[in-house]
Amino acid sequence: MFDFSIVTGWLHNWLLGFMPEWLTTTVECVLIGVLMIVAYAVLAMVYIFYERKLCAWMQCRLGPTRVGPWGLFQLFADVFKMLIKEIIRLENIDRFLFALAPYLVIVASMLTFACLPWGNGLQIIDFNIGVFFMVAASSIGVLGILLAGWSSNNKYTLIGAMRSGAQMVSYELSVGLSILTIVVLAGTMSITELVEAQSDGWFLFKGHIPAFIAFVIYLIAANAETNRGPFDMPEAEHELTAGYHTEYSGMHFGFFYLAEYLNLFIVSGIASLLFLGGWMPLHVPGWDGFNAVMDYIPSIVWFIGKALFVTFLLMWFRWSYPRVRIDQMLKLEWKYLMPIGLFNLILMTLVVMYDLHF
Amino acid sequence: MKRDDWKDNEYIDQLVEELNASGANVVVGTLDKLINWGRANSLWPLCFGTSCCAIEFMHLGAARHDMARFGFEVTRNSPRQADLLMVNGTITYRMAPVLMRLYEQMAEPKYVIATGSCNISGGPFIGSHCVVQGLDKLLPVDVWIPGCPPRPEAMYYGMMQLQRKIMTQKYFGGVNRQEKLKDFLAEHPEEAEGLK
Amino acid sequence: MNLQEKIASLCPSATFEEGEYLLVNVADKEWHSLAESLKKELGFDYLVSVTGVDWNESLGCMYYLTNTETNEKVSVKVATTDRENPMLHSVSDLWKVALIQEREVYDFFGIVFIGHPDMRRLFMRTDWVGYPLRKDYDANPELNPIRLDAEENEDDSFVVTEDENGKLTKTDYKIFSENDYVVNFGPQHPSTHGVMRLRSAVDGETITKVVPVCGYIHRGIEKLCEGKTYPQTLFFTDRMDYMSSCQNRHCLCLCIEKALGLEVPRRAQIIRVMFDELMRIGSHILAYGCMAMDMGATTAFVYGFREREQLMDIFEKTTGGRMSQHYHVIGGVAADVHPDFIKDVREFCAILPSKVKEYHTLVTGNVIFKNRTIGVGVIGKEDVISYGTSGPNGRASGWSCDVRKRAPYAIYNELNFDEVIYNEGDSFARYMVRMDEVMQSVKLLEQLCDMLEKEEGNEYIAPKVPKIIKLPAGHWFQEVEASRGAFGVYIESDGGKNPYRMHFNSPGLNHVAAVDKCCAGYKIADLITISASLDYVIPDIDR
Repeated sequence: MFDFSIVTGWLHNWLLGFMPEWLTTTVECVLIGVLMIVAYAVLAMVYIFYERKLCAWMQCRLGPTRVGPWGLFQLFADVFKMLIKEIIRLENIDRFLFALAPYLVIVASMLTFACLPWGNGLQIIDFNIGVFFMVAASSIGVLGILLAGWSSNNKYTLIGAMRSGAQMVSYELSVGLSILTIVVLAGTMSITELVEAQSDGWFLFKGHIPAFIAFVIYLIAANAETNRGPFDMPEAEHELTAGYHTEYSGMHFGFFYLAEYLNLFIVSGIASLLFLGGWMPLHVPGWDGFNAVMDYIPSIVWFIGKALFVTFLLMWFRWSYPRVRIDQMLKLEWKYLMPIGLFNLILMTLVVMYDLHF
Repeated sequence: MKRDDWKDNEYIDQLVEELNASGANVVVGTLDKLINWGRANSLWPLCFGTSCCAIEFMHLGAARHDMARFGFEVTRNSPRQADLLMVNGTITYRMAPVLMRLYEQMAEPKYVIATGSCNISGGPFIGSHCVVQGLDKLLPVDVWIPGCPPRPEAMYYGMMQLQRKIMTQKYFGGVNRQEKLKDFLAEHPEEAEGLK
Repeated sequence: MNLQEKIASLCPSATFEEGEYLLVNVADKEWHSLAESLKKELGFDYLVSVTGVDWNESLGCMYYLTNTETNEKVSVKVATTDRENPMLHSVSDLWKVALIQEREVYDFFGIVFIGHPDMRRLFMRTDWVGYPLRKDYDANPELNPIRLDAEENEDDSFVVTEDENGKLTKTDYKIFSENDYVVNFGPQHPSTHGVMRLRSAVDGETITKVVPVCGYIHRGIEKLCEGKTYPQTLFFTDRMDYMSSCQNRHCLCLCIEKALGLEVPRRAQIIRVMFDELMRIGSHILAYGCMAMDMGATTAFVYGFREREQLMDIFEKTTGGRMSQHYHVIGGVAADVHPDFIKDVREFCAILPSKVKEYHTLVTGNVIFKNRTIGVGVIGKEDVISYGTSGPNGRASGWSCDVRKRAPYAIYNELNFDEVIYNEGDSFARYMVRMDEVMQSVKLLEQLCDMLEKEEGNEYIAPKVPKIIKLPAGHWFQEVEASRGAFGVYIESDGGKNPYRMHFNSPGLNHVAAVDKCCAGYKIADLITISASLDYVIPDIDR
């Protein structure tokens, strides 16, 4: 398996060759920052394109075809347009909070984005409470949405924000519980160690029943966390026009739009990290030849492939299900998902204690 | 589509000629082209329908006609995020202020397509005491699509004509807008009063 | 004792005219007590239509009443000679449908209804000058220019009450109190199905009151009709409820033919009914798609439109039009059907059941869909009759109101089909009625294809349709079952070539009246599903 830390290590040493240590660190930080922003933007575009094509396929349509070959440049056109679209100055709003909100959303998703293990040795932040940090960082996003809804001085946005607050705070619990289940199984919070622990089989298989239940709960809760159908109440197009971002135009709206898709990638990434082995190829204990062949596929391809697969599942939900109602959604969380999650946590603890996992 | 298949080629040619009359810088011209390409290929229509044309507009978005192919994919429900106000259906006196408000809520650049004969002249409701007889009484319209209601193909044609029209615009290369505004206000003192 | 004698014993001063239906002339001061006994003693529980008419010497209303048990019909004429300050007694306390229909009369004729709880204008702007359907209306555009300012006093309403001595008092009030948190839906809103405006007072996410505001697409069709010849008026019917344009047109044709005494060839009748049923399928599929889309299931919407496109192809081959057919004309249909017509319809009927099954798999069985519709927006049978909410919405509450069964027109009495009736009265029942009606229409179309094949080569239009159509003086009322309920046409003629008064009694208006009844106590999100399940079409309401 190719280790990307060779590349990064070589770059570090090369820079150290003609720079002092502090400058090297600065240069590397800037470099990583730029790379991250580029990756963020490109990935968001890929995701939007992916969703459009996928949704078109499910709806017997074609999706974008005219702009560039197979409509590939459609997203670039969208971005160009959005960049130069007017950002409307509104009267009677809290301007500071109004302008701050999209950045909060973007920053929250970027912080989480930075934690993802892209490949063997390709990770920006890695410390011993990695998963915990990820969960904490991702929940800043709700603040941005609440602020957006509140500061717009519009009833629709306010209702959207209130719904969003209730929804995200509740579903955070389920996400947390299902992540905790896996942490119990792995015995670590460090992302590298989580991935390494899955080298002889993904947690979904190793943890069998409780891991599978956690996976299903995670998928449902993650869908709600990203405000996507059937849980897209905060922006419920047909009730609240565009929900909390109704009053945003131009690139401010673009930030929400990008963040929505990036969050989709992030939750899929976390799902693949926790349940499907992160960048770890599919290994079956005992099948050495098969494992060796799998190792030839680059780790980054594995990671993105898995993320795309989980995203496919989430999009499948979105394009087939009607939207639930706010009270039904809260009922689902507090009366079903959370108790099941708690029970599942106990089950997993038992499984680990009696060593019933593979 | 080939150039010969289009109608109104002279109109577009004339627009290009007018723009090129003052000449354009190579760099700025290229930037302009890029921006226009972006704008033309990513027109997000506002969901706005009052009557029959709206159903045909829904057909346009559905499986057989699928306007997503051309980049009209995302119909926005919030006017702030839409680029194209497609007026699908009759505008009545009671609706006129609402329509104007929607238009004003949209962010620049914004385009208007008047769909159906009601919006062209009043159509079947010509002479009615409460139908706006032609959308040009309210808004600057970019493209008119006749029909009652127009077929989805006709709507395409109109929307693609709008794309062609956008491609001839000037964003950077034109005269300084502030200067232009000053000249305009000097000629029209009453407008300047209104601005204050 | 026949009906006339019964009414005569209830109200001795009433005079009678024989006609299509028994017409009772009654003075305004006795009208309310007669109405009460008509409803309670004679069982006329369904007020079909309230039509305001300006007879020059007097202003008044025509009421059409039906007994839903026996299908007896009676019409009542109430008029006032006071043109300056016309007032009639309201019957909105007896039949809820009068709540909105009397407002329409007030808007068009300026007749104030005593005892009506909410006298606002319905269709015109609140600052509109004059009453447009009066014969002495001043159409000067300077009086009513295009106003671009918002309507200021839209909350202002008044009620005129009468005490025991006959003294009238006018009380102004606001429809929303200051403590109401009012959320406005529309007129530009993705799921109001057009330019409906629903203003709802909410408590958290729970709706306490809904006030529908209509008129954003009011185009004055009834007024325009008065200046057109009869064949020209047919044109407008396609633009009212564009989802049931054929049925609407059929209704107007029937009414004019009834007045002329014109016999329509059998082949034409079969073709007309076929188009009506095809239109009904299209409308119900759209209702399904839009309801699913309003709940966020976009895919279901696209699937619905896939079948609609096929239907459009069938229409287009014969009539050349996709949405507006302009096919039914006085005396028959405009042209013969396309040679492929029967084949296409048979093909369509063959595939549709499998598609409907697909819809059921995708949407109906979905637990989220069921949770959001079952037990939501419940309206009982009595309320449905009182609000006049006919069509699929009425049948979902157990009211057998299908005009095709109740008063068969064209060739419906020869056809074999079931009236779909559910008793729950919730959104799910309304949805299911539509889906089942699609299957009934398929059944009808299969029979009609056979019948049409037998009539091959016969006339499709009556041979003796006069070039200039002049209706004899009098008035006629005709109902058909449109996709959304009973659609009625009232024509009053003075013997000329233009109608003196033409009124379209649209089913949608009654559905809108019932929105408040259905929604109160449910969530904001339910407002969307309820209005989607009521499936009104706005141009049909506003006309």
